[in-house]
Amino acid sequence: MKNISKKRVVATTGNGAVAEAMKQINPDVLVAYPITPQTAIVQDFSQFVADGAVDSEYVTVESEHSSMSACIGASAAGARVMTATSSQGLALMHEMLYIAAGSRLPIIMPNVNRALSAPINIHCDHSDSMGARDTGWIQLYSENAQEAYDNTIQAVRIAENKKVLLPVMVNLDGFIISHGIEKAEFIEDRKVKSFVGERKPFLPLLDVDNPVTYGPFDGLGGYFMEHKKNQADAMERARDVILEAAEDFAKISGRKYGFFEEYLLDDAEIAIVTLNSSAGTTKHVINELRAEGLPVGLLKLRVFRPFPAKELAEALKHLKAVAVLDRALSSGFVGPLFSEVQTALFNLETRPKVINFIYGLGGRDYTLHEARKAFEELMTVAKTGKIKKTLGYLGLKEVEVLV
Amino acid sequence: MKDWRANKLMPGAIIPKGGTAREYKTGGWRSATPKWDEEKCKQCLICWISCPEGAVLVKDGKVRGIDMDYCKGCGICVAECPFEVIEMVGG
Amino acid sequence: MKIKDLTEKKERLTSGHRLCAGCGAPIVVRQILMGTDKPVVVGCSTGCLEVSTTIYPSTAWDTPYIHSAFENVGATISGVEAAYQSLKRQGKLDKEIKFVAFGGDGGTYDIGFQSLSGAMERGHDMVYVCYDNEAYMNTGIQRSSSTPRGAWTTTSQVGKAEPGKKQNRKNLTACIAAHDIPYVAQSSPSSWKDLVKKSTKAFDIKGPAFLNVIAPCPRGWRHPSDQALRIAKLAVETCFWPLYEVEDGEWKLNYKPKEKKPLAEWLKTQGRFKHLFKPENEHIIEELQAKVDKDWERLLKLCGEA
Repeated sequence: MKNISKKRVVATTGNGAVAEAMKQINPDVLVAYPITPQTAIVQDFSQFVADGAVDSEYVTVESEHSSMSACIGASAAGARVMTATSSQGLALMHEMLYIAAGSRLPIIMPNVNRALSAPINIHCDHSDSMGARDTGWIQLYSENAQEAYDNTIQAVRIAENKKVLLPVMVNLDGFIISHGIEKAEFIEDRKVKSFVGERKPFLPLLDVDNPVTYGPFDGLGGYFMEHKKNQADAMERARDVILEAAEDFAKISGRKYGFFEEYLLDDAEIAIVTLNSSAGTTKHVINELRAEGLPVGLLKLRVFRPFPAKELAEALKHLKAVAVLDRALSSGFVGPLFSEVQTALFNLETRPKVINFIYGLGGRDYTLHEARKAFEELMTVAKTGKIKKTLGYLGLKEVEVLV
Repeated sequence: MKDWRANKLMPGAIIPKGGTAREYKTGGWRSATPKWDEEKCKQCLICWISCPEGAVLVKDGKVRGIDMDYCKGCGICVAECPFEVIEMVGG
Repeated sequence: MKIKDLTEKKERLTSGHRLCAGCGAPIVVRQILMGTDKPVVVGCSTGCLEVSTTIYPSTAWDTPYIHSAFENVGATISGVEAAYQSLKRQGKLDKEIKFVAFGGDGGTYDIGFQSLSGAMERGHDMVYVCYDNEAYMNTGIQRSSSTPRGAWTTTSQVGKAEPGKKQNRKNLTACIAAHDIPYVAQSSPSSWKDLVKKSTKAFDIKGPAFLNVIAPCPRGWRHPSDQALRIAKLAVETCFWPLYEVEDGEWKLNYKPKEKKPLAEWLKTQGRFKHLFKPENEHIIEELQAKVDKDWERLLKLCGEA
């Protein structure tokens, strides 16, 4: 039994997998505030603290605004710091998201995607993280518990790289992934520990012999614009760092990551672009349609910020038609992911036709049926070369709207 | 960070050293100037602890003068001096 | 404590800041920072003090400093303190470091109230100092829940129909005392000995401490630039701003004026109360006096002085 693998294959929820990653990362500070469907993550972590399994200072704040504020303080102090949130919580800390990124603090935050009110709804959609698109955070998306676990671990290396120094948000779908139980493989503790290493903070507050000032006022006569450009450049540099971290991660896990995953895309003529758990359902339908001889494929985006426009265009350019699935609305225009994909494709000499489907708002099921409907519409577009409607909805109920 | 300057950007607009405001002289704000009478001064140091600018110069526990590089001329030292040894003069 | 000894200490708020001539806030900050010889990390909420002390690339802080936003200095500095506790416990740091948060009354009584309450309840080893100038001065003198009744501000204007602010001010010091934290006190920079002593106590006590310090604002209170400490002193002498402390739940009065001065003497030093001296508003002065009297009696009882 000497060479027994130390890898643990477990049945876990997405939240459980994220909590396990956090335990293995063992951050100096963990800031906790409950919100469905994220709560189980900070609950698990509380148990790790109670069991003495982590060294973390566990700070139970009174709101998400304070949780991001405390993360900012702790990270500026020089600590490795994590928190987790969802939906209204992410919205409440919105202001602080900009300040975390603008202050170049490598905070790690899993966000369990959930719809924003109103009406209040606790289930999955991506309106929360899409609303945070321009906050300056790196955004990773996860199809399942395994990817949520893997992304959380890689996030540390990406965020803290001195070429980057930006916060990272790891997204996973509320309930579907956060509470669904599936198989995942955990890496052994010591390998994770050595992969993430120790944080080497840049100009930390707690270096009291070298007093520094965080968060100055930088007005008209100053360098505000240059500081923002500097920050945007760091986001650009994150592209390489994300790939480097993925490469090193493959060495300890055997699992490969890039900006996105291509599923039967090479020889496809039509394809869906999507984020998170809907990729799983889509893959299943692709298998069925392929069996029927149809050239269908998928591009599952993992890195939303920085947006891998060049690589994505390269991967999609041979297609006749693409459907972008958005689990979020931008009332008054198309879905947010659609905007990015279409922009990425626009300057190609020849480009696929692109349509947009809004799906899954407030946790509405995205079933095999919806995936098939999307492909059927794509086939028509590919055949006719014409788009009848740019924006459509999947899974809407028949209703009578009174006013 | 000795040769650090504003246009050498640190990530996050961090100012990498303390007390750089000393390079900014606020004395130009003054429209009236406190005149301190060294001979009459009882060295109670109330002016020093009352000054919003930290502009009362103290050495070896004794007031030595007022730093006109920073004094904004508010007159608090005059109002607080228990012995009336500081007065405001024009300009 | 000798004032001469205090002059030996390093100035951690340096000259060259851009607060108005005669501002009460930097006097408060200087005296607070004289309260400890240990290294101090300062947090500041958005406001006059923050904006005027850290105009990039100049910082008036010769000590580690962080500002993140307006409503959250309690949470921000508690994060810094949590990092310190963690790193110290893990043996990654061995220095003893103190933590202080500064907020104005807008950032403390109003928008930052929740963040302050949370930080106090969690028991961080930190000091929170409210420099209370009784309105949102940084945005141009708007009323806050600390603004006294009757005061003119730019959002409690005086006219035919309205006589300035209509509501009484919030008793924040008592609110924080109700958190049952180790140390809460009210002080004034006009009594430097009282303030520095309370600061030392606040820094030395393990756990959270809160200091509410009156900080006159020449612009907002409409008084000459040399009057900040005179007016702060009169606030104490009229019992509008009593000096007291609550240590482990024990209320103690630190100063009892020999003769309690009429509140009108304090009101008339400031242009923001000018309209109260018109005949039609004189009843407001009487009511304000009655309120001060009632609050003072209650405080005396709490402090076992009645």
